[in-house]
Amino acid sequence: MKFGVVVFPGSNCDKDMLHVLGNVMGAQVREIFHKETSIDDFSEKDCIVLPGGFSYGDYLRTGAIARFSPVMNAIIEFANAGGKVLGICNGFQVLCESHLLPGALLRNNNMQYICKNVHLKVETNNTQFTALTQKGSVLEIPIAHGEGRFYCDEKTLQELYANDQVLFKYCDATGNYTEAANPNGSIDNIAGITNKTRNVFGMMPHPERASELAMNNTDGRILFESLLAKAAVV
Amino acid sequence: MNFRAEINVMPHKELLDPQGKAVAAGLHKMNFSDVADVRIGKHLTIKLSAASEAEAKQKIEEACKKLLANPIMESYTFELFSE
Repeated sequence: MKFGVVVFPGSNCDKDMLHVLGNVMGAQVREIFHKETSIDDFSEKDCIVLPGGFSYGDYLRTGAIARFSPVMNAIIEFANAGGKVLGICNGFQVLCESHLLPGALLRNNNMQYICKNVHLKVETNNTQFTALTQKGSVLEIPIAHGEGRFYCDEKTLQELYANDQVLFKYCDATGNYTEAANPNGSIDNIAGITNKTRNVFGMMPHPERASELAMNNTDGRILFESLLAKAAVV
Repeated sequence: MNFRAEINVMPHKELLDPQGKAVAAGLHKMNFSDVADVRIGKHLTIKLSAASEAEAKQKIEEACKKLLANPIMESYTFELFSE
């Protein structure tokens, strides 16, 4: 299984992601430049990662311009063909703007850019991205965003629950969904979701910043291990 | 024919607008105590050419739907002027 990490103008977590996937997880990984129009060297067993950052300066809306960059047509085709796509932070915003994931990410309700560790409860392990986790377990993973307030209409929210598409919810250290534990005002404390066909994943927190001892936090590692373990079985 | 579209994009009324809230708080601190609410959106001016006003309108509608506004969080209105 191979990873590709997309580099948009303004991406700033691409190197962290390449480091964690390549050096920490020992996986095969290559950079994908935003001007590439074909990603034919990737098969549906592989995973494309849209990293965090401020693609195209967050102009117009976060992720709105990146959606129209040359590489995105190939990535949308790749996702529709069953390939795995993971969006972290700005990558999640790009996936929502691309309609690969439902909903949108709005400005944090407290008017602040927030960079801190938060707790996340795993809502489902029935995805290739969370397969090795325990449902209900709590991970501590940092967030770093100004526009992370997940929002969708009531009908979409019900669909997310009905199809078991909610991956993570913000919670306190013991797993309670409190308002205080919701850093940005996301609807129902939602921090990450998957699509109906369970091959596209988006989350605001940064597991690549919590995947090695040097970072004093390895809670995010299990998500990359899940992707790799599932790929090995297939 | 040349046209100019003046487009307003606003966050949906039911959504919290933190930018507007911050500006309202600033105005209150400056003694604009009569200010009840502030909401912040975007204004775009687009110049374009089209065969007719109807075609220009259709092009701007499409641009708004596809890129300029995200219907999940925003609504848009626009006025079209001949240049």
